[in-house]
Amino acid sequence: MASQPILLDYWPSIFGMRARVALREKGVEFEYKVGDLTNKSPLLLQSNPIHKKIPVLIHNGKPVCESLNVVHYVDEAWPDKNPFFPSDPYGRAHARFWDDFVDKKFSEAQFKIWGKKGEEQEEGKKEFIEAVKILESELGDKPYFGGDGFGYVDISLIPFYSWFPAYERFGNFSIEAESPKLIAWAKMCMEKESVSKSLPDSEKIVAYAAEFRKNSLGSE
Amino acid sequence: MANEVILLDFWPSMFGMRTRIALREKGVEFEYREEDLRNKSPLLLQMNPVHKKIPVLIHNGKSVNESIIQVQYIDEVWSHKNPLLPSDPYLKAQARFWADFIDKKMYDAQRKVWATKGEEQEAGKKEFIEILKTLETELGDKPYFAGDDFGYVDIALIGYYTWFPAYEKYGNFSIESECPKLIAWAKKCLERETVAKSLPDPEKVIGFVSELRKRFGLE
Repeated sequence: MASQPILLDYWPSIFGMRARVALREKGVEFEYKVGDLTNKSPLLLQSNPIHKKIPVLIHNGKPVCESLNVVHYVDEAWPDKNPFFPSDPYGRAHARFWDDFVDKKFSEAQFKIWGKKGEEQEEGKKEFIEAVKILESELGDKPYFGGDGFGYVDISLIPFYSWFPAYERFGNFSIEAESPKLIAWAKMCMEKESVSKSLPDSEKIVAYAAEFRKNSLGSE
Repeated sequence: MANEVILLDFWPSMFGMRTRIALREKGVEFEYREEDLRNKSPLLLQMNPVHKKIPVLIHNGKSVNESIIQVQYIDEVWSHKNPLLPSDPYLKAQARFWADFIDKKMYDAQRKVWATKGEEQEAGKKEFIEILKTLETELGDKPYFAGDDFGYVDIALIGYYTWFPAYEKYGNFSIESECPKLIAWAKKCLERETVAKSLPDPEKVIGFVSELRKRFGLE
């Protein structure tokens, strides 16, 4: 009998949250192993020798790495429940495009806001707000990026919501003022148990980011 | 229903080459349109407003952007011939992982080899060779990355091969002496008509890189 899948993860990781949400959406019971990234476990190094990063999903003894790859895999390995993608190729390509956008534009910009200061931070804020407005325009009046159903792009984006208070605190701006529709979408996603169980408390993330800023930038 | 397929592309782009190969692997007739990247067409800007980049695949009037997404799209639409991805979810995940590795690592490293000099170039060369060696290890003794069949990861990587002589010339090193197995794999890929028709002459690529280097003040 197959044993439970194992997820190697790190609690504040947006990428890890994607994997958690995906597994819960499919109703998959999994063993959650939280690591210490300054002291990576032998299992992590063995499962992801190329990048040595979390999340790693180990299913039937075989590792799957890179968060969006894990989400794709979970959708394909447990196809009977809550499909993450539409069935038509164009709809699928459209979803992949938008989460590629999230990874290329949104992800880099958000790090500059909480992980940097001065000019670089200001640049990050500008890029982040631009990206948010583009995403809001893509969402339009749909309940989810996937349309009526919570899907791939929603899974790839919602983890960032747990970091929004940290961006607002260290970037000194209001995300809701810039994009009320996106906040409304996020609150709707948070009503799903698969999401609320997978995202940590934002206050803990603010504290985590504050620690990082003290250590890497010399001040908050 | 007729399939109208247009590809907006730029001849030396290793990303455009992926889409060309995928379409040819599926036997899809398409109209190739060369873009001038310093004077992008209204169609390009309309079909890829977010990134404004090539390649853009336009299928029956709807655009699909980003080369690796295009390859997956082509595989799913024309699914009856030459599958480019395995059907098993784990093997598919492996293929995606390696295409993602190529996308994350290759472009920036190769750029340092021809577009920089001095210490930055040396660091770029070292990184580039390490990446190729990692890929060579993953290839192992298999004819192609997925095994016996030409597919997704081969398509993601092979376009860079036309740039190898340019890297060697401006980086002053031999890729074959570092990664002979990878060169053997590339030569085997070039025997496929779909690949040979889709890749430009490396001499032309050297000429293109030389022009860019002059523009950057490196020559």
